[in-house]
Amino acid sequence: MKLALAGVSHHTASVELRERVAIDGASTSALARELARSSEGRHEAVVLSACNRTELYLASRDGDVAEAADRALLALAGADASALAPVAYRLADESAALHLFRVAAGLDSLVPGEGEILGQVRDAYETGAPGPLLDRTFRMALHAGRRARLETAIGESPASVPAAAAALAQQVFDRLEARRVVLVGAGRTSELTARNLRSRGATVTAVVNRTFDRAERLAASLGARALALEDVRDALADADVVVCSTSAAGFVLTAEALAPALRARRGRPVLFVDLAVPRDVDPALAAVDGCFVYDVDDLEAVVSASLEGRRAEAVAAERIVAAEADRFRAWQASLAVVPAIASLRALAEEIRSSELARVEARLPESEREVVETVTAQIVNKLLHLPTIRMKEAAVTPDGLVYADVVRHLFGLGEEGET
Amino acid sequence: MAELLVWPALIAYGEAAVAYAGGLRGVGRFGRLGIWGVRVGWLAQTALLVAQAATSDGFPWGTWAGALNLLSWLVVTGYLAWGSNPRYRLLGLGVMPVAATLLVLAWAGGGTGVHASDGGGWTLDVHVGLMLAAFASFTVAAAVAGLYLFEERRLKRRDAGLLRLRLPSLEALDRLAARIALVGLALLSAGILVGLTRLRAADVDVAMTVTILIWALYVAALVLRREVGLRGRRLAWSLVAGFTLVAFVLPLTHFAS
Repeated sequence: MKLALAGVSHHTASVELRERVAIDGASTSALARELARSSEGRHEAVVLSACNRTELYLASRDGDVAEAADRALLALAGADASALAPVAYRLADESAALHLFRVAAGLDSLVPGEGEILGQVRDAYETGAPGPLLDRTFRMALHAGRRARLETAIGESPASVPAAAAALAQQVFDRLEARRVVLVGAGRTSELTARNLRSRGATVTAVVNRTFDRAERLAASLGARALALEDVRDALADADVVVCSTSAAGFVLTAEALAPALRARRGRPVLFVDLAVPRDVDPALAAVDGCFVYDVDDLEAVVSASLEGRRAEAVAAERIVAAEADRFRAWQASLAVVPAIASLRALAEEIRSSELARVEARLPESEREVVETVTAQIVNKLLHLPTIRMKEAAVTPDGLVYADVVRHLFGLGEEGET
Repeated sequence: MAELLVWPALIAYGEAAVAYAGGLRGVGRFGRLGIWGVRVGWLAQTALLVAQAATSDGFPWGTWAGALNLLSWLVVTGYLAWGSNPRYRLLGLGVMPVAATLLVLAWAGGGTGVHASDGGGWTLDVHVGLMLAAFASFTVAAAVAGLYLFEERRLKRRDAGLLRLRLPSLEALDRLAARIALVGLALLSAGILVGLTRLRAADVDVAMTVTILIWALYVAALVLRREVGLRGRRLAWSLVAGFTLVAFVLPLTHFAS
């Protein structure tokens, strides 16, 4: 069996080139089926197209698929094929499988361990045209990806400022359901932060902004109410998380101004996420019991430490991927001895049946079934250990020699020649 | 021979305490070593307690050293309820040194031996059992409160590595500490009520007075939490103060009385 991969990713190609070969979900499925059909069903095909990569996986029981994969990738680029050719990578067999395992585990991603790629690999597999080899390869890759995320913390830490702010909110409040978020300022980062908090169950109750129209627009999209900047204190009375991103020159929220609202909270904590530069939140608020203040530098430091943690976890994830690649190698090697095992068993069964046929007429009816069962058991028991040993030997360099010796000793495949 | 079980228990508890200190660096392997140390030690100590119970006619932990042995086991049992959750493992850093120290004191005082002993009546047994379970609860509650203070400090200081060494959230720790303290208070109240049935006027001593003081402190902390919002850092310090009374004042007054 041959496996081939042709692809481009953020490691090798610029975004302009990646755009040329990027295709949507429906088109990946259509392309995979077309590649399988054009080879009259001899090829298996799966096409993976994500933000940072487009990869074509082809497999075939007979014949070389590397060229077909390469040709199909370059065809996607159309007129830019000549620019794409030098930056495309081509991998075969074990290298291609190992690459897929690393992709599924998030080890080849821009942000190590990012969560979306595993789902994208699954979609590509489910909508592609896999046969026996790609089916097994992709299922093993998905297993490796799941193991990497379950057994290491590679996917746990936030990789962006909005995600870090949401993770910090969870570190204070645990579950974010029923937690109230107030946006002070309607900047892009604060909107992303609000959406991240919402995706974890929080409710955005108010959007406060100097420009009321903008506040209204964002509030409408978040299901919140819009308020003018002068009404900020009213909005803060019951807020658990306050996300600030105004362009004001001085502090918008000070300890003195918020003292009555904080007293009314009776010890309940409040998290201030200050994304503005210059800062909106008076740092003195951090000294107040129950108040936690994070500015953009603090959040970036958290993200940086998290990415460092992801890179450290990537070492453990690489070990998992390597172990899964070993399993793949063993499975692929066992395929080489399967024909010898099948021939040996067929020969044994043929001898058993013919010998049984010779004596069958002389046996009473009541004993025929017993003899049938006993002879089948003898054959199975005799062949059990050689079968196991051949499969074990298949993963060693001498694996094929074992298969050849068995063929020679039992004369397998010689009938046709005599 | 069963007395020897105290050694694997002690060694495993000590190993767990050291491993949890290593776990502060955020390395998962140390946390796993810690929790396995606790599990092995707990099994050994459980076997020791079973052997003690099997050879005794009455309550085998009626002496001060025996009581420390049982208290140590109750503390570790309470910890194990949460310690298997990776986020709560660091709780062991507060709990395991206390449990190991209690077991060492129990061993030094002869509380880990296996020999026949006379009972002091079932009400005394129930009283001692309830009081020890209450003190174990307060110990675990104080450890949870300590973890709250540690995590709150990290959040206040805006520690960049906050999300690398993931601990339970402040809300979860605050809630858990209060619940465990409430369980401890219920056990303590029941223990005091059972003790009152045996009480004679001449029996009142410093230990009883301090016990009532501890009871009042926990009642005050939990009522104030409910009524005026005593939570977070202030509740955590109240629980640590309560444990300080349990850990230091009560044993001393017991010996003095």
